[in-house]
Amino acid sequence: MINRKYFFKGLKSLASSRSPAIALACSFIALGALMHNAGFNLQQAAASSFFTYALPGQLVMTESFLVGASLVNIFLSVWLVNFRLYPMSVALVPILKHKSQPRWKYYLSCHMIAVSSWLIMKETYKKIDQKYRLDYWFGIGCGTLLAAVISTLLGYWISDYLTTEMMIGLAIVNPVYFLCMMIGAMNNLKIIVAVLSGALLGPILYLATPEWSILIAGIVGGSIAFSIKDKKNGYI
Amino acid sequence: MDISNNLILVIVVTSVATFASRFFGILTAENISDKSKLFDWFNYVAYSILAALTARMIVFPAGALLESSILIRFIVILISVAIFIYSKNNLVLPTVNAFILLTFLSIMN
Repeated sequence: MINRKYFFKGLKSLASSRSPAIALACSFIALGALMHNAGFNLQQAAASSFFTYALPGQLVMTESFLVGASLVNIFLSVWLVNFRLYPMSVALVPILKHKSQPRWKYYLSCHMIAVSSWLIMKETYKKIDQKYRLDYWFGIGCGTLLAAVISTLLGYWISDYLTTEMMIGLAIVNPVYFLCMMIGAMNNLKIIVAVLSGALLGPILYLATPEWSILIAGIVGGSIAFSIKDKKNGYI
Repeated sequence: MDISNNLILVIVVTSVATFASRFFGILTAENISDKSKLFDWFNYVAYSILAALTARMIVFPAGALLESSILIRFIVILISVAIFIYSKNNLVLPTVNAFILLTFLSIMN
Protein backbone atom coordinates (compact mmCIF):
# COMPACT_ATOMS: atom_id res chain seq x y z
CA MET A 1 0.00 0.00 0.00
CA ILE A 2 2.65 2.47 1.08
CA ASN A 3 6.33 1.74 0.61
CA ARG A 4 7.76 1.87 4.13
CA LYS A 5 11.32 2.63 3.13
CA TYR A 6 10.30 5.80 1.25
CA PHE A 7 7.67 6.76 3.80
CA PHE A 8 10.28 6.79 6.57
CA LYS A 9 12.75 8.55 4.31
CA GLY A 10 10.19 11.35 3.95
CA LEU A 11 9.45 11.31 7.66
CA LYS A 12 13.17 11.61 8.43
CA SER A 13 13.31 14.97 6.63
CA LEU A 14 11.86 16.41 9.84
CA ALA A 15 14.97 15.39 11.76
CA SER A 16 17.53 17.04 9.47
CA SER A 17 19.26 20.41 9.69
CA ARG A 18 16.74 21.60 7.11
CA SER A 19 13.81 20.46 9.21
CA PRO A 20 10.61 22.52 9.21
CA ALA A 21 9.72 21.08 12.64
CA ILE A 22 10.83 24.12 14.64
CA ALA A 23 9.07 26.60 12.37
CA LEU A 24 5.91 24.49 12.40
CA ALA A 25 6.09 24.03 16.17
CA CYS A 26 6.48 27.75 16.87
CA SER A 27 3.59 28.73 14.57
CA PHE A 28 1.18 26.10 15.81
CA ILE A 29 2.11 26.66 19.49
CA ALA A 30 1.09 30.30 18.95
CA LEU A 31 -2.10 29.15 17.20
CA GLY A 32 -2.94 26.72 20.04
CA ALA A 33 -2.53 29.52 22.58
CA LEU A 34 -4.69 31.84 20.47
CA MET A 35 -7.43 29.21 20.21
CA HIS A 36 -7.34 28.66 23.96
CA ASN A 37 -7.87 32.36 24.51
CA ALA A 38 -10.64 32.43 21.86
CA GLY A 39 -12.71 29.82 23.73
CA PHE A 40 -11.97 26.64 21.74
CA ASN A 41 -11.68 23.46 23.79
CA LEU A 42 -8.69 21.13 23.48
CA GLN A 43 -10.37 18.69 21.07
CA GLN A 44 -11.60 21.50 18.83
CA ALA A 45 -8.13 23.06 18.65
CA ALA A 46 -6.56 19.70 17.73
CA ALA A 47 -9.34 18.90 15.23
CA SER A 48 -8.88 22.27 13.54
CA SER A 49 -5.16 21.66 12.98
CA PHE A 50 -5.77 18.08 11.86
CA PHE A 51 -8.62 18.75 9.42
CA THR A 52 -7.67 22.21 8.17
CA TYR A 53 -3.88 22.12 8.53
CA ALA A 54 -3.28 25.55 7.00
CA LEU A 55 -2.14 28.21 9.42
CA PRO A 56 -3.27 31.45 7.69
CA GLY A 57 -6.77 30.01 7.21
CA GLN A 58 -6.96 28.89 10.83
CA LEU A 59 -5.92 32.37 11.98
CA VAL A 60 -8.61 33.91 9.80
CA MET A 61 -11.14 31.40 11.19
CA THR A 62 -10.25 32.21 14.82
CA GLU A 63 -10.30 35.96 14.30
CA SER A 64 -13.55 35.82 12.27
CA PHE A 65 -15.15 33.72 14.99
CA LEU A 66 -14.10 36.23 17.65
CA VAL A 67 -15.75 39.12 15.79
CA GLY A 68 -18.91 37.04 15.19
CA ALA A 69 -18.65 36.67 11.40
CA SER A 70 -21.25 34.50 9.63
CA LEU A 71 -20.41 31.00 8.39
CA VAL A 72 -20.64 32.15 4.77
CA ASN A 73 -18.20 34.98 5.47
CA ILE A 74 -15.82 32.61 7.25
CA PHE A 75 -16.01 30.17 4.31
CA LEU A 76 -15.22 32.88 1.75
CA SER A 77 -12.42 34.47 3.80
CA VAL A 78 -10.75 31.12 4.47
CA TRP A 79 -11.19 29.97 0.86
CA LEU A 80 -9.55 33.15 -0.40
CA VAL A 81 -6.66 33.11 2.08
CA ASN A 82 -5.98 29.42 1.45
CA PHE A 83 -6.45 29.57 -2.32
CA ARG A 84 -2.64 29.45 -2.68
CA LEU A 85 -3.05 25.70 -2.09
CA TYR A 86 -4.65 25.36 -5.53
CA PRO A 87 -1.62 26.34 -7.66
CA MET A 88 0.61 24.58 -5.13
CA SER A 89 -1.33 21.32 -5.68
CA VAL A 90 -1.22 21.68 -9.47
CA ALA A 91 2.54 22.29 -9.26
CA LEU A 92 3.05 19.26 -7.03
CA VAL A 93 0.92 16.38 -8.33
CA PRO A 94 2.64 15.97 -11.73
CA ILE A 95 5.98 15.28 -10.00
CA LEU A 96 4.33 12.65 -7.74
CA LYS A 97 2.45 10.80 -10.49
CA HIS A 98 3.26 7.23 -11.37
CA LYS A 99 1.03 4.69 -13.12
CA SER A 100 1.60 2.10 -10.40
CA GLN A 101 0.07 4.31 -7.69
CA PRO A 102 -3.70 4.05 -7.02
CA ARG A 103 -5.86 7.13 -7.41
CA TRP A 104 -7.11 7.22 -3.80
CA LYS A 105 -3.58 7.89 -2.61
CA TYR A 106 -3.48 11.17 -4.54
CA TYR A 107 -6.81 12.26 -3.09
CA LEU A 108 -5.69 11.43 0.44
CA SER A 109 -2.26 12.96 -0.01
CA CYS A 110 -3.62 16.33 -1.11
CA HIS A 111 -4.68 17.06 2.47
CA MET A 112 -1.00 17.21 3.40
CA ILE A 113 -0.18 20.03 1.01
CA ALA A 114 1.08 22.97 3.06
CA VAL A 115 3.88 25.46 2.51
CA SER A 116 6.51 23.62 4.59
CA SER A 117 5.87 20.15 3.17
CA TRP A 118 5.56 21.55 -0.38
CA LEU A 119 8.90 23.38 -0.16
CA ILE A 120 10.69 20.27 1.16
CA MET A 121 9.21 18.10 -1.61
CA LYS A 122 10.16 20.62 -4.30
CA GLU A 123 13.69 20.71 -2.96
CA THR A 124 14.24 16.96 -2.73
CA TYR A 125 12.00 15.17 -5.25
CA LYS A 126 14.63 14.80 -7.96
CA LYS A 127 16.62 12.50 -5.66
CA ILE A 128 13.63 10.16 -5.26
CA ASP A 129 12.63 7.47 -7.76
CA GLN A 130 9.39 8.63 -9.46
CA LYS A 131 7.68 5.35 -8.59
CA TYR A 132 8.00 6.03 -4.85
CA ARG A 133 7.63 9.80 -4.72
CA LEU A 134 4.05 9.57 -3.49
CA ASP A 135 5.14 7.34 -0.58
CA TYR A 136 7.98 9.72 0.22
CA TRP A 137 5.46 12.59 0.11
CA PHE A 138 3.20 10.73 2.58
CA GLY A 139 6.18 10.53 4.95
CA ILE A 140 6.83 14.28 4.75
CA GLY A 141 3.11 15.07 4.95
CA CYS A 142 2.32 12.82 7.93
CA GLY A 143 5.37 14.17 9.80
CA THR A 144 4.48 17.83 9.27
CA LEU A 145 0.77 17.25 9.98
CA LEU A 146 1.59 15.41 13.20
CA ALA A 147 4.03 18.15 14.24
CA ALA A 148 1.29 20.73 13.64
CA VAL A 149 -1.32 18.89 15.72
CA ILE A 150 1.07 18.16 18.62
CA SER A 151 2.28 21.78 18.65
CA THR A 152 -1.31 23.07 18.69
CA LEU A 153 -2.00 20.91 21.75
CA LEU A 154 1.22 22.08 23.40
CA GLY A 155 0.37 25.74 22.71
CA TYR A 156 -3.10 25.19 24.12
CA TRP A 157 -1.72 23.67 27.33
CA ILE A 158 1.00 26.27 27.93
CA SER A 159 -0.95 29.34 26.80
CA ASP A 160 -1.12 30.69 30.36
CA TYR A 161 2.68 30.70 30.56
CA LEU A 162 3.33 32.44 27.23
CA THR A 163 4.07 36.15 27.62
CA THR A 164 3.15 38.73 24.95
CA GLU A 165 6.85 39.00 24.04
CA MET A 166 7.12 35.25 23.53
CA MET A 167 4.02 35.29 21.31
CA ILE A 168 5.67 38.01 19.20
CA GLY A 169 8.86 35.92 19.02
CA LEU A 170 6.90 32.82 17.95
CA ALA A 171 5.07 34.74 15.21
CA ILE A 172 8.28 35.74 13.34
CA VAL A 173 9.55 32.16 13.00
CA ASN A 174 7.25 31.06 10.19
CA PRO A 175 8.03 33.96 7.82
CA VAL A 176 11.76 33.51 8.56
CA TYR A 177 11.49 29.82 7.68
CA PHE A 178 9.55 30.48 4.45
CA LEU A 179 12.01 33.20 3.46
CA CYS A 180 15.08 31.01 4.04
CA MET A 181 13.48 28.09 2.16
CA MET A 182 12.72 30.34 -0.78
CA ILE A 183 16.21 31.83 -0.83
CA GLY A 184 17.46 28.24 -0.91
CA ALA A 185 15.13 27.47 -3.84
CA MET A 186 16.30 30.44 -5.92
CA ASN A 187 18.63 28.39 -8.10
CA ASN A 188 17.50 29.59 -11.52
CA LEU A 189 16.56 32.94 -13.03
CA LYS A 190 12.86 32.16 -13.39
CA ILE A 191 12.41 31.15 -9.74
CA ILE A 192 14.41 34.22 -8.67
CA VAL A 193 12.10 36.48 -10.72
CA ALA A 194 8.97 34.70 -9.42
CA VAL A 195 10.04 35.07 -5.78
CA LEU A 196 11.29 38.66 -6.04
CA SER A 197 8.31 39.94 -8.00
CA GLY A 198 5.87 38.21 -5.63
CA ALA A 199 7.67 39.60 -2.58
CA LEU A 200 7.59 43.10 -4.07
CA LEU A 201 4.03 43.05 -5.42
CA GLY A 202 2.43 41.38 -2.37
CA PRO A 203 2.87 44.28 0.09
CA ILE A 204 2.31 46.96 -2.61
CA LEU A 205 -1.00 45.44 -3.72
CA TYR A 206 -1.99 44.94 -0.09
CA LEU A 207 -2.38 48.71 0.16
CA ALA A 208 -5.00 48.64 -2.63
CA THR A 209 -6.75 45.33 -2.01
CA PRO A 210 -5.82 43.40 1.15
CA GLU A 211 -8.02 40.36 0.33
CA TRP A 212 -6.85 39.81 -3.25
CA SER A 213 -3.26 41.09 -2.99
CA ILE A 214 -1.52 37.72 -2.51
CA LEU A 215 -3.41 36.03 -5.34
CA ILE A 216 -2.95 38.88 -7.84
CA ALA A 217 0.73 39.30 -6.88
CA GLY A 218 1.27 35.56 -7.38
CA ILE A 219 -0.43 35.40 -10.77
CA VAL A 220 1.36 38.53 -12.07
CA GLY A 221 4.74 37.58 -10.57
CA GLY A 222 4.47 33.98 -11.76
CA SER A 223 3.47 35.06 -15.26
CA ILE A 224 6.40 37.49 -15.46
CA ALA A 225 8.78 34.69 -14.44
CA PHE A 226 7.17 32.30 -16.92
CA SER A 227 7.50 34.74 -19.83
CA ILE A 228 11.15 35.70 -19.45
CA LYS A 229 13.97 34.06 -21.33
CA ASP A 230 16.20 31.69 -19.43
CA LYS A 231 18.90 29.98 -21.46
CA LYS A 232 19.31 27.17 -18.94
CA ASN A 233 15.71 26.37 -18.11
CA GLY A 234 13.60 26.70 -21.15
CA TYR A 235 11.51 28.72 -23.45
CA ILE A 236 10.38 32.28 -23.78
CA MET B 1 -27.23 27.13 19.15
CA ASP B 2 -24.58 27.12 21.87
CA ILE B 3 -21.02 28.26 21.31
CA SER B 4 -19.61 24.71 21.27
CA ASN B 5 -21.85 23.62 18.35
CA ASN B 6 -21.04 26.82 16.51
CA LEU B 7 -17.34 26.17 16.86
CA ILE B 8 -17.66 22.70 15.39
CA LEU B 9 -19.49 24.15 12.39
CA VAL B 10 -16.83 26.85 12.05
CA ILE B 11 -14.09 24.18 12.02
CA VAL B 12 -15.98 22.09 9.43
CA VAL B 13 -16.58 25.12 7.18
CA THR B 14 -12.90 26.13 7.44
CA SER B 15 -11.71 22.61 6.66
CA VAL B 16 -14.01 22.28 3.63
CA ALA B 17 -12.97 25.70 2.29
CA THR B 18 -9.32 24.68 2.62
CA PHE B 19 -9.66 21.15 1.27
CA ALA B 20 -11.53 22.46 -1.79
CA SER B 21 -8.40 24.24 -3.10
CA ARG B 22 -6.22 21.19 -2.51
CA PHE B 23 -8.72 18.82 -4.11
CA PHE B 24 -9.41 20.94 -7.20
CA GLY B 25 -5.66 21.28 -7.57
CA ILE B 26 -5.39 17.48 -7.76
CA LEU B 27 -8.23 17.30 -10.30
CA THR B 28 -6.68 20.06 -12.45
CA ALA B 29 -3.29 18.32 -12.34
CA GLU B 30 -4.62 14.94 -13.51
CA ASN B 31 -3.87 15.64 -17.15
CA ILE B 32 -0.88 17.93 -16.71
CA SER B 33 2.61 16.60 -17.31
CA ASP B 34 5.56 17.89 -15.29
CA LYS B 35 7.22 18.72 -18.60
CA SER B 36 4.40 20.93 -19.88
CA LYS B 37 4.33 24.71 -20.06
CA LEU B 38 1.15 24.82 -17.99
CA PHE B 39 2.93 22.99 -15.16
CA ASP B 40 5.76 25.52 -15.33
CA TRP B 41 3.31 28.42 -15.15
CA PHE B 42 1.57 26.98 -12.08
CA ASN B 43 4.97 26.34 -10.53
CA TYR B 44 6.10 29.96 -10.89
CA VAL B 45 2.71 31.26 -9.73
CA ALA B 46 2.96 29.04 -6.62
CA TYR B 47 6.46 30.33 -5.78
CA SER B 48 5.34 33.90 -6.40
CA ILE B 49 2.25 33.49 -4.20
CA LEU B 50 4.39 32.09 -1.36
CA ALA B 51 6.81 35.01 -1.69
CA ALA B 52 3.90 37.49 -1.66
CA LEU B 53 2.43 35.78 1.42
CA THR B 54 5.78 35.82 3.24
CA ALA B 55 6.41 39.48 2.42
CA ARG B 56 2.90 40.38 3.55
CA MET B 57 3.43 38.51 6.85
CA ILE B 58 6.57 40.55 7.49
CA VAL B 59 5.49 44.01 6.24
CA PHE B 60 1.79 43.92 7.15
CA PRO B 61 1.53 41.24 9.83
CA ALA B 62 -1.62 40.12 11.63
CA GLY B 63 -1.90 39.16 15.29
CA ALA B 64 1.02 39.26 17.74
CA LEU B 65 3.62 40.55 15.27
CA LEU B 66 1.66 43.82 14.97
CA GLU B 67 3.07 44.76 18.36
CA SER B 68 6.65 44.80 17.05
CA SER B 69 8.05 47.63 14.91
CA ILE B 70 8.85 47.02 11.25
CA LEU B 71 12.47 48.08 11.85
CA ILE B 72 12.96 45.42 14.54
CA ARG B 73 11.31 42.79 12.31
CA PHE B 74 13.68 43.66 9.46
CA ILE B 75 16.73 43.49 11.74
CA VAL B 76 15.67 40.04 13.01
CA ILE B 77 14.99 38.82 9.46
CA LEU B 78 18.33 40.13 8.10
CA ILE B 79 20.33 38.48 10.92
CA SER B 80 18.41 35.22 10.49
CA VAL B 81 18.97 35.16 6.73
CA ALA B 82 22.69 35.90 7.29
CA ILE B 83 22.86 32.92 9.69
CA PHE B 84 21.06 30.76 7.09
CA ILE B 85 23.59 31.66 4.39
CA TYR B 86 26.62 31.50 6.71
CA SER B 87 25.58 28.10 8.10
CA LYS B 88 25.30 26.68 4.56
CA ASN B 89 21.50 26.54 4.47
CA ASN B 90 20.84 25.21 7.95
CA LEU B 91 17.20 26.04 8.78
CA VAL B 92 17.15 25.22 12.48
CA LEU B 93 19.68 27.90 13.52
CA PRO B 94 17.98 30.91 11.82
CA THR B 95 14.51 29.93 13.05
CA VAL B 96 15.67 29.45 16.67
CA ASN B 97 17.62 32.70 16.42
CA ALA B 98 14.57 34.58 15.12
CA PHE B 99 12.44 33.46 18.08
CA ILE B 100 15.06 34.25 20.74
CA LEU B 101 16.14 37.55 19.19
CA LEU B 102 12.66 38.98 18.63
CA THR B 103 11.48 37.86 22.09
CA PHE B 104 14.56 39.52 23.63
CA LEU B 105 14.16 42.74 21.60
CA SER B 106 10.46 42.89 22.49
CA ILE B 107 11.29 42.61 26.21
CA MET B 108 13.96 45.34 25.85
CA ASN B 109 11.49 47.55 24.02
